[in-house]
Amino acid sequence: MTGAFSSINWMLAPVLVPLAAATATFLLMGLRGRTRRMAQNAIGLAAAVGIAVSALALWAMVSGGGPVRYELGGWEAPLGINLYADGLSVFMLLTTAVVGAAGSVYTLGYFSGREGEDVRRREYFQDETGSFWPLWMFLWASMNGMFLAADAFNLYVTLEILGLSAAALIALGGTRMAFSAGMRYLMVSLLGSLAHLLGVALLYGSFGALDLATLGESASPIPPVWAALALISLGMALKTGLFPLHFWMPSAYTGAPSAASAMLAGLVGKASFYLLLRVWFDVFEGSVPPGAGQIFGVLGAVAIVWGAVMAMKQTRLKTLLAYSSVSQMGYLFLVFALVAGASPERGFEAWAGGIYLVLSHACAKAAMFMAAGVVIYSVGHDEIPRLHGIAQKLPLAVASFAVAGMTMMGLPTSGGFTAKWLLFSASLGTGQWWFGVVILLGGVLAAVYLLRFLNPALIQVRTAKVYRDAPRSMTVAAFGLSLFSLFLGLASAPMLDLLAVGGPFGGGS
Amino acid sequence: MSSVDMYLLSGVAVFAVCAYALVVHAHLVRKVIAINMMGSGVFVLLTAIARRGESIDPVPHAMVLTGIVVAVSATAFALAVVRKLHETTGSAYLPEEGEDAPPNSGGER
Repeated sequence: MTGAFSSINWMLAPVLVPLAAATATFLLMGLRGRTRRMAQNAIGLAAAVGIAVSALALWAMVSGGGPVRYELGGWEAPLGINLYADGLSVFMLLTTAVVGAAGSVYTLGYFSGREGEDVRRREYFQDETGSFWPLWMFLWASMNGMFLAADAFNLYVTLEILGLSAAALIALGGTRMAFSAGMRYLMVSLLGSLAHLLGVALLYGSFGALDLATLGESASPIPPVWAALALISLGMALKTGLFPLHFWMPSAYTGAPSAASAMLAGLVGKASFYLLLRVWFDVFEGSVPPGAGQIFGVLGAVAIVWGAVMAMKQTRLKTLLAYSSVSQMGYLFLVFALVAGASPERGFEAWAGGIYLVLSHACAKAAMFMAAGVVIYSVGHDEIPRLHGIAQKLPLAVASFAVAGMTMMGLPTSGGFTAKWLLFSASLGTGQWWFGVVILLGGVLAAVYLLRFLNPALIQVRTAKVYRDAPRSMTVAAFGLSLFSLFLGLASAPMLDLLAVGGPFGGGS
Repeated sequence: MSSVDMYLLSGVAVFAVCAYALVVHAHLVRKVIAINMMGSGVFVLLTAIARRGESIDPVPHAMVLTGIVVAVSATAFALAVVRKLHETTGSAYLPEEGEDAPPNSGGER
């Protein structure tokens, strides 16, 4: 019984800790100035530590004893709410724990409210109302809740909390651009989650179940299931930003404060991708119509090239990164094409490669947006043509950008290398070599668009003017996260073992 | 066709019509109404699903109640953002793609 009791605590903690922190930091909004900032920072950091500890504990528990299920209040499905953690859930929890912890540290400096010279900047490094922490904590709670949700309706609820708090974070800047970006994201997000809800309603109408495991047992290839699958896939492709549904990404990632952009580009899109993986491979593994995966694969391949070409044309650092995200999201969708009809080993390879890219891209892209935030903090803008020789003034920010860029290009020892290698090997193993060509091409194109910033930043002698130095917590968080993404390739074995716990394809070999 | 089937079909029809309205209307308040009613379409569908068997199934009702809470919060938040947008830009329309990120805003130096 004690074993069950401890498992209950660790299952609930990743959701309850950020929810409690969100409520506490929300109540603290009544305080003023420095006191409020210190109190909110302390609570936020404590929550980040708590989430990390509980994610590690769940890692130990799940890799030791297999998937865990917990019934809230002892109520069974269908009326009760169940939590379920397998290797994939814990992997995603660890991803958000790492990126979220770095983001929380970054926030300390980002909203430090220090005023430099009186220059009008692209971003305002002030959080006058103290609303960043509550929103960020609600966002974190919704993501962790989604990774642990065991039924399709709870996925919907967490999806909505995710969308609302993310839209509020985008609009936080309070400028015209921030409001319109927030509004556009809100529309996209609500449309996506309503499509998911209609899909869930169709599934409940067909099988009378919401529990993902029960649905997986009873799902059969009948028209309502295809309609539900199409609705959920469309909604999640919209929220993840798959070409050609990526139109909201550049404005959202550019309009948000950099501290929020890092979390949005790093984590929020990945949450909807997680939902898609769950639905495709755990619920509908046998009932996906043949060829459906190919649609995602082809769109993903187009996204890789299109996003990279658009990234080359950008003159702002943050829009360049946003289009780079369009390109990298394309890789994730190759999974659906590579898995279809593959042997279990190849299938696991492609599936695990996609998920490994989720982790490495989350770390790398968050680090790059953090570095862009450091540049804006110090220089007042992020226009690439006016950032010549910036590496001399902001060495750590440019270094973070370059190191994290290794994952975008897929160079060895980076997490991106391992992920893209797995995808590449699966594409050859399943005889779909053309996807392999696109994977390699995407890496080359990434090098081209990243060098468009790095080349002038490193080489030019005439340097841009730096107004003030960024707080150390910002530069250290960005650099630490980029180093983490670089060494992820070396630590892939334990992570892949974790993914195999309760995963589809019989856990690979 | 029984009355339950009528409700099933009309729920899906409301969803589809409002999804179309969301895409074609540019005025943001119309978009918010369209989203709100898309949710209502799903709620009609769920309530009809609950009525299909001999006894009434409580689970879809619980889903609709939760869904209403979500829809109220989402609509309220969306309307608040529309008002803020109207205050800052004087317009209740989203700027065209790319227009909200002027390529050369040198005035911010």
